[in-house]
Amino acid sequence: MSTIVAARQSGESIQAPRHHRRRPGRFVLPIYSWLVIAYLVFPIAVMILYSFNKTGPGLQQVSFSWNGFTTQFYREWNSVPQLSSSFWLSIRLAVTSALIATALGTLLALAMVRYRPPRFRGKSFVEQVLFLNIAAPEIVLGASLLGLFVTMNLARGFLTLVLAHVAFCIAYVAVTVRARMSGFDTSLEEAAHDLGASSWATFWTVTFPLILPGVLAGALMSFALSIDDFVTSNFVGGANVPFPVWVYGATRIGIPPQVFVFGTAIFAVGIACAIASIVLGRRQA
Amino acid sequence: MSKALAPYLLSLPGGLWLLALFLVPLVTMLSLSLQTCNFGTGACVMTWHWGEFGQQLNLYHGQLLTSFYYAGAATVIDLLVSFPIAYWIAFYGGRKKNFFLLMLLVPFFVSFVIRTVVWEFILSDQGVVLGPLKHAHLLPQNFHVLATGFAVVAGLAYNYLPFTALPLYVAIERIDKRVLDAAYDLYATRRSAFSRVILPLTIPGLFAAFLLTFVPALGDYVNQQILGGTSDTMIGTVIQNAFLVNLDYAGGSALSAVLLAVALIGIFAYARLLGSRTIEDYL
Repeated sequence: MSTIVAARQSGESIQAPRHHRRRPGRFVLPIYSWLVIAYLVFPIAVMILYSFNKTGPGLQQVSFSWNGFTTQFYREWNSVPQLSSSFWLSIRLAVTSALIATALGTLLALAMVRYRPPRFRGKSFVEQVLFLNIAAPEIVLGASLLGLFVTMNLARGFLTLVLAHVAFCIAYVAVTVRARMSGFDTSLEEAAHDLGASSWATFWTVTFPLILPGVLAGALMSFALSIDDFVTSNFVGGANVPFPVWVYGATRIGIPPQVFVFGTAIFAVGIACAIASIVLGRRQA
Repeated sequence: MSKALAPYLLSLPGGLWLLALFLVPLVTMLSLSLQTCNFGTGACVMTWHWGEFGQQLNLYHGQLLTSFYYAGAATVIDLLVSFPIAYWIAFYGGRKKNFFLLMLLVPFFVSFVIRTVVWEFILSDQGVVLGPLKHAHLLPQNFHVLATGFAVVAGLAYNYLPFTALPLYVAIERIDKRVLDAAYDLYATRRSAFSRVILPLTIPGLFAAFLLTFVPALGDYVNQQILGGTSDTMIGTVIQNAFLVNLDYAGGSALSAVLLAVALIGIFAYARLLGSRTIEDYL
């Protein structure tokens, strides 16, 4: 989560404890770690592999056995209308929620980084609410939101989805932006003030460019959380079915191979973004 | 004037959103669990009916226990699996640290539901693992993993591993390496340096990792629905059915409140034992 961000910021690599260097077991940990990484990557490799698997005779669904290589479903990626429309719904939802959550979460992070009690009473309460928001089982959030919407007679649809998604993204944005802002040099803002800049001008010309990497990281994080969300969407979406909910529904009857094509595409874009952010971060350092 | 209000103004929009769509719903849910609903009209009236909790627990204590059992097993597996790799990345990651952290996060780049569906493929009777083993007669033909508790725990352990590994990594990375050097200078063996220096210093991280893995896993129903069978239903499935199938909002709310209570107890225990300030450092 924000850990990658924080690690990159610290920049220097930590020296291994000196007595640890030459010891007979020094291959055990690396080999073990690579095995864990292989375990984490393995299902993804299976997904990519099966996105190239021919379907069984007469069926348009992924089969457990290997029937031969085909790129058919990449060419026909758009031929399951409900799947495609659920995917675009997810994209619209993720963009909308990320924009709102990033704005609200960044302001929260600014408040938490800059102020502490007594100037900011209730700061630790805000922190605990954020932690509870992240640590609470998602089913509780989804169920409680459904309860609220039902009590308020609010029809379930795109609006309720956005309300719910922003509600679980804000905390992640706030935490991510805050991690990126640790070590933020307030003297730069003071300098701008001393040189006659208004608060507004200081924010947009000094503060915002400095926190922009953190804000972008927060926005990417909420986009990723929103596009991947199943539980909350399942509760509050009603007849609006985002991508993960559609896939879940399809598991009952057998999923079309295009699901793995979409999964592979999302994976490729996500990894490309992550690598770009690491490379850019390194260049900056 | 506005200077004094600045922290509050900054946190107002986000705070209001969280108040209206996080805290208020939780309170609504708690109140729903104490109301009596008319199944015909769907109208609910506040009756302070605590009996709903007893009734629901009576009906579903088995599913609740199963959830604790599976989520607990998955969390223990995750802690054991991720501690060494978090340790290795923190101490020996060097310049490749970010690459290894990205590798820990790699499951998150595939949709949660798809990840679970892929495990269904992997663990299926004729899938990539069991198929060849059966073909080679290393396993009996009727051996299966899917639709058992084992498959559910395997899915939970895989899906939540990053939530365990990252807080552990943060905790270990933060250890001042000079403390460790001091231990060696004072003739600590590697074993005692680990058990008396590293382990105590990572306890807050271990606790955070436990909370961030166990609590979400406890309420998970996707793994159980896709990988499990009918005999190992978890509480999440019961809650989902209560809300979306049976429209029993009072019952579903009561069970959700129980899950929420578990999360709250964990968080307050953390704040009490280890201080609330550090809790966010592990996110």
